[in-house]
Amino acid sequence: MSEDRNVVEQAVADVPSVDPQDEEQLLPQLVAHLRDNRAKLRQEWASRIQDAHLLQAMTPQEVAAETTSVYDNYVEVLETGSVEALQHYARDLSERIIPRGVETHEVVGIVLLLRDVLARSLFGKYQQDFSMLNRVLDAYEPAANRIANTVAVSFVDERERVIRQQQDAIRELSTPVLPVRERLLILPIIGVLDTERARQLTEQLLAGIRRHRAKVVVIDITGAPAVDEAVANHLVRTVDASRLMGASVIITGLSPGIAQTLVTIGVDLSKMNTIGDLQGGLEEAERLLGYTVSRQEGFAG
Amino acid sequence: MDSGPALVSILRQGSTLIASVHTALDDTQLTRFQRDLIEQIGVRRSRGVIIDVAALDVLDSFGLRTLRDIAEMARLRGATTVIVGIQPDVALAMVELGLGTGAVRTALDLEEGLAYLNGTATAVDPAAPTWR
Repeated sequence: MSEDRNVVEQAVADVPSVDPQDEEQLLPQLVAHLRDNRAKLRQEWASRIQDAHLLQAMTPQEVAAETTSVYDNYVEVLETGSVEALQHYARDLSERIIPRGVETHEVVGIVLLLRDVLARSLFGKYQQDFSMLNRVLDAYEPAANRIANTVAVSFVDERERVIRQQQDAIRELSTPVLPVRERLLILPIIGVLDTERARQLTEQLLAGIRRHRAKVVVIDITGAPAVDEAVANHLVRTVDASRLMGASVIITGLSPGIAQTLVTIGVDLSKMNTIGDLQGGLEEAERLLGYTVSRQEGFAG
Repeated sequence: MDSGPALVSILRQGSTLIASVHTALDDTQLTRFQRDLIEQIGVRRSRGVIIDVAALDVLDSFGLRTLRDIAEMARLRGATTVIVGIQPDVALAMVELGLGTGAVRTALDLEEGLAYLNGTATAVDPAAPTWR
């Protein structure tokens, strides 16, 4: 075993040692080659992208513009070895193309294509000198891998940031408590109610009753696709809690499906004041509060 | 048993008694509060009682039962009772535990309670939903 290793070490030592000066020259030389052939390589890359049916959400002009700047950034990273500028650029790029519906596999795909195109070009240039080719590829591959990695990670990070942002927005938007008239609040419920949202909704409603000194609250569930037993019981508790704070609750917008479900599963809604639609609920609330709304004669509309 | 500072102030405003609970009461104090208040109703010839629990961050079952008892006793002595100032957290905890104020009226705060007793409040009764 140890003898084997000696042999291997021997073999490594036999390879003509690279002059460090020469090694440092390698990358600049490589970069110069890529700069000189910029137009040709970029063209080849663009056609490979098209052949692979990537970035079809973008127009050819956009693809051309983006590929040019990606190419330049790519070569720059090879030259400087610093991925920071590229990270920044990749984030910007992701921000621009994510709304266009560009997928992760496309971004990774085009970067790997560029890596491939450039590697082939280097192969073509140095294939006469095999040891030189090896050294060039040794210098090129790690840098290229780092670039592909950076771009992919930046893209995914950006996507996750967008998703997080949207989740926060939904969470904040999901339970608005809206004052309509003095002492009258509307709470429209849109989307699926889970336990967490139901809890948040109750808290916001009770805080809203206090802040606006509400006497009547209309909870409209037209926008809720389904109501299960847990949510229905939570609604009952919300109504009870509101009552303890001196506000009465009217529930509107129970769809036929939801009404059937609630009766079938046997939720006790006898304490609930329900009215068919939001309009009827508002009219009832206005009646309770002593408002009368009348339309002035002679107004069109 | 009767010693110590009063933890509930009982004030008179016209024909209404306003009882503000300043701090959490233990069972003995609650009983004392109940006796004092019922006595005051007769002395002051009050027609309404407002119990303000805004300072409480917890209301247990015994406390609630005492409040309900007070309301019933007050009714027998000719006064209407309103409980005001239940905090959102307290309201939530009460319904989670299945507790309620029974037939006793509740209102948002002292002002609302007074408005209700003076008959100037809008005709909304949260305890009695209108039927369709």
